[in-house]
Amino acid sequence: MRSTSRFGEYGGQFVPESLMYALDELEDAYRTIVPSNVFRLEMAYYLTEYAGRPTPLTFCRNLSADLSCRIYLKREDLLHSGAHKLNNALGQALLAKCMGKQRIIAETGAGQHGVASAIAGAALGLPVEVYMGEEDIRRQSLNVARMHMLGANVIPVASGSRTLKDAINEALRDWVTNVRDTHYLIGSVVGPHPFPSLVREFQTVIGNEIREQVMAKEGRLPDAMVACVGGGSNAIGMFAPFLDDPVDLYGAEAGGEGLAGRHGATLCGGTPGVLHGSYTYLIQDAFGQVLESHSISAGLDYPGVGPEHSFLRDTQRVIYRPVTDAEAVDSFLYLSRTEGIIPALESAHAIALARQIAGDREPDDILIINLSGRGDKDVAQVAGLMGGDP
Amino acid sequence: MNSRISGAFRLRERPLIVTCVVAGDPSFAESIQISRELVDAGADMIEIVMPFSDPVADGPVIQQAGSRARAAGMTTERLFDLVREIRRETTIPLLIMTYANIVVRRGIRKFYRDAADAGADGVVVADVPLEEADPFCAAARMAGIDPILFISQTTSPERMDKILAKAGGFIYLVAALGVTGTREDLAPHTIDLLKVVKERTTLPVVPGFGISTPDQVRRYAQAGADGVIVGSALIRMIGERVSRTEGSGQGIGDLVRAMKHAACCE
Repeated sequence: MRSTSRFGEYGGQFVPESLMYALDELEDAYRTIVPSNVFRLEMAYYLTEYAGRPTPLTFCRNLSADLSCRIYLKREDLLHSGAHKLNNALGQALLAKCMGKQRIIAETGAGQHGVASAIAGAALGLPVEVYMGEEDIRRQSLNVARMHMLGANVIPVASGSRTLKDAINEALRDWVTNVRDTHYLIGSVVGPHPFPSLVREFQTVIGNEIREQVMAKEGRLPDAMVACVGGGSNAIGMFAPFLDDPVDLYGAEAGGEGLAGRHGATLCGGTPGVLHGSYTYLIQDAFGQVLESHSISAGLDYPGVGPEHSFLRDTQRVIYRPVTDAEAVDSFLYLSRTEGIIPALESAHAIALARQIAGDREPDDILIINLSGRGDKDVAQVAGLMGGDP
Repeated sequence: MNSRISGAFRLRERPLIVTCVVAGDPSFAESIQISRELVDAGADMIEIVMPFSDPVADGPVIQQAGSRARAAGMTTERLFDLVREIRRETTIPLLIMTYANIVVRRGIRKFYRDAADAGADGVVVADVPLEEADPFCAAARMAGIDPILFISQTTSPERMDKILAKAGGFIYLVAALGVTGTREDLAPHTIDLLKVVKERTTLPVVPGFGISTPDQVRRYAQAGADGVIVGSALIRMIGERVSRTEGSGQGIGDLVRAMKHAACCE
């Protein structure tokens, strides 16, 4: 029953005893409710009628000409809410409702998962409370306002570094206190088993659609795919259906100021340890104290990573590379000006890595980039970096 | 296992008062002084909390104490020095309480060996449930350390039996759902849970989480608890002492004495 709680040596269930009841209950629901026809039909309704799936796989003429290979973007930026986070939020909220939970809690960094949870809660009639670090509330006021308008309650977190890591700590503390009637809607492929598998399940729609779309357009599988990796849910969702195929997979991590300085590149610059319920790569000191990460993109600003990515790193099935803040901002503007698409700063990391690896590809090679979210939320921040003259 | 912990419970005339101190809060030297005060006031056991950056099982009091301690330079290396210093002054059982990553980062077997060498008798890891317990329990037993495990209100009877089969020293009964911190009241089902666990094991059963008043101690004592763990109530007093200039220092000793007195009315 617990055969999938680990990815190689990574993952597991490092949580206080009081939470095991909720994890067991969730695992049962995952195994019985999620595969049921009723659930699948409900999910299909919400994903297509409500959220706007399938999202397009856009052939980018200008990017392809500039980078000398066939470039496609998977357009999660066009999903309702503006990012891939909604796939998981709808899935888990629907599951929570089927389980009879009365209340949803969530954590958020940039606010995208908080907004997605607030949307899912509003659509499904469940009250939502979102934990968000005080520092992030200050940085992401637009998304805080969106959550309020959607009827969610945003709870400021003043502990630790007042960012995503501390918001997860506080959400776990809430969950352990209200475990019987509350579902913790975790936003990425992180946390204790079964969350990494459950969130992958709901995000795999990205990769499944890509497979169908690229076969229809090109008649063959892609040669390479690129996604950004913070916790890593958009990347896992994209990669999962291709892990056994001859497709080169690349993950772009938050290189921040570079690996010698402050960064969020857990897989490129971290070591294995236990955080938020799973054994995975972390940014930590010699004694196991978790350090603060840094990224220009709040969505990648996390000192841990999903345990499956740790496994894919060690087995070298996926190549992970750091992308610096400066490279990400450059690619944010590059995509905006080359294709007329403003990417989220998170997704701009994937664009930057794609530009780096495109030089090694043949002109006929197909390279797909996951455009995990749109950049509206980052416009003010980037405008500020440009001296207010975008 | 004939450990210092099992010996203390075997010889007990009343439920034991397990007191807590956060290692290095507010400083290494003051932790030694505080432990001395706890021993002088009659504490039966000391749980030394090694702070972790992300203590998800702890409420604000222990979080803040942990931050103070880490800011003052507490590390795993210093933790063992501290245990060694406290061990030199007392023969009562000493426990280390921490989180999985502190143990994993040092190497599980090395952590337990170092704990034993320093003079600790038991180790409690807040985020290691039954599913992850095997390597921790094995390393503990190899080092001669009691692996203390938790049972909570949400633990099913079948699970309970598996936990009881692995645990050593005593069972840490999670007296309230949620995080550590003082609570005035006592959930009625905690008493029921205590009785259920007592019926299933010969291990001592010791409630912790939210125990801050002599009245709570009295009620647990009457219900058959083998001890009580008093954490946040003491650690909060230490925090208050830090924020004032030169506090009395009487507070923690008085609380321990009052709780011991309450425990006598079993």
